[in-house]
Amino acid sequence: MTADQNTARWGLGPIARAGQCLIFLIRMLASIRLTPAMISSTLQQTYLIGARSLVIIMICGFFVGMVLSLQSINALEQFGASDQVSLLVGKSLFRELGPVLTALLFAGRAGTSVTAEIGLMKATSQIDAMELMAIDPIKVVALPRFLAGLISVPLLTAMFNALAILGSVVFSVGVVGLDPGIFWSKLETGILFGKDFMGGFWKSLVFGGLVSLIAVFYGYTARPTGSGVGTATTNTVVLSSVLVLIFDFIMTSFFV
Amino acid sequence: MITIRNLVFRRGSKTILDGVSMDIPKGRMVAIMGPSGVGKTTILRLISGQLTPDSGSIEINGKDVNALSDSELRGLRRHVGVLLQNGALFTDLTVFENIATPVREHTNLSEALIRRLVWTKLRAVGLAGIEELMPHELSGGMARRVALARAVVLDPAVVLYDEPMTGLDPIAISTVRTLMRETNEALGLTSMIVTHNVAQMAKLVDYCYIIAEGKVAGEGAPNELMESTEPAVDQFMNGKVDGPIPFHYNAGKAATSAAH
Repeated sequence: MTADQNTARWGLGPIARAGQCLIFLIRMLASIRLTPAMISSTLQQTYLIGARSLVIIMICGFFVGMVLSLQSINALEQFGASDQVSLLVGKSLFRELGPVLTALLFAGRAGTSVTAEIGLMKATSQIDAMELMAIDPIKVVALPRFLAGLISVPLLTAMFNALAILGSVVFSVGVVGLDPGIFWSKLETGILFGKDFMGGFWKSLVFGGLVSLIAVFYGYTARPTGSGVGTATTNTVVLSSVLVLIFDFIMTSFFV
Repeated sequence: MITIRNLVFRRGSKTILDGVSMDIPKGRMVAIMGPSGVGKTTILRLISGQLTPDSGSIEINGKDVNALSDSELRGLRRHVGVLLQNGALFTDLTVFENIATPVREHTNLSEALIRRLVWTKLRAVGLAGIEELMPHELSGGMARRVALARAVVLDPAVVLYDEPMTGLDPIAISTVRTLMRETNEALGLTSMIVTHNVAQMAKLVDYCYIIAEGKVAGEGAPNELMESTEPAVDQFMNGKVDGPIPFHYNAGKAATSAAH
């Protein structure tokens, strides 16, 4: 019986996989060099996977802001506190919904694309070709995509939050008729930079790293077949979503 | 140049290579031939250090491939060009960028010099002027020639070819074959070609090894092998159905199962 079979037999597969993923992360981080080629490649990937996710993030953010305001106003009206809607929406967005929903959308939009792209490169021997040319595919293929995800998710979260606040203004002020002065002053005085804004920022940074790591790792370790790439892509979405929610709870409980 | 001694390689319980020994002298073109699935590409992957043998040794220019550290192996690979079966061009890069990638990675040449070098290599394979095309715009033969240009762009000492003519039309086969020969002579390369195309290899290489059942079943110049009376060599070179090389995978086990 091989080591792999023994690992599977004792139900240690997920732990072994987590270990492989950690080693992969260390190899990626160890290959970081601030060369013009690396910077250029990372910026290009940031455009491809970050900027191209902008539209879906903005649309979702706007409607999340609207629906959050709708539900909040319905609940707050019962206590005569509907003018507190901007505070409730702001706190929910900056602390939780912004980072979490952006990360989930990013996993579906960009994470799958990264996994499929790297998996396909593997299936068509492009990764093999790099290794044979003494080019490290982890440095050239995986690292720029990982860094791009790390940079993109906090920026996309900021955009998501901004559009969600806009959606909230449109609904609360434009449709329900709340006073715009009260709306903005509650938001300005109630949202704390350190606790709410930065708390959300750190979450988005961790989620960006998590989703990007899973996407590049599953692409890189995909079986080089059609079904292998398909499975890896599905795993990226499922695992990213679950881990984002678990890490959100952990970070909220202990740090934020 | 390349020395292989008593190479043994297993996948699980199946022995793929069982004590294979070969010598590929400097400047020669040598073919490794044998039926599909016999382990020809495995030998190529063992030589390039992608796989590690269970036992035996592989030396390139006196350096034992399996004793090298990762960085030493990368250093060795800079002097070994590999043409993979499907060409393995980077699909999101232009022809120019495909050939320039190893140059950029391993040298500090100026952009003007890189452009000149890529043009020279493309001209050598008869494709000057297609620098800005994408791989999906190339025919199979053109893609293989671009991959050849990429494989020799750093002027390697050794080039390994994995089924270089599979899937090509007769004109493309003749073009690629001529290019391989000319490139080998012009650059003084040592070439190892993994293939099962008997007719083409007879026109191209200096020496052949026939692999069957995990061992070297025969070796010699192509014309010598064509007349060999060794049963496995005769069966493979002349495409005979009957002989010691089984058509069925795990033929022995299949026969036993059928008997029961």
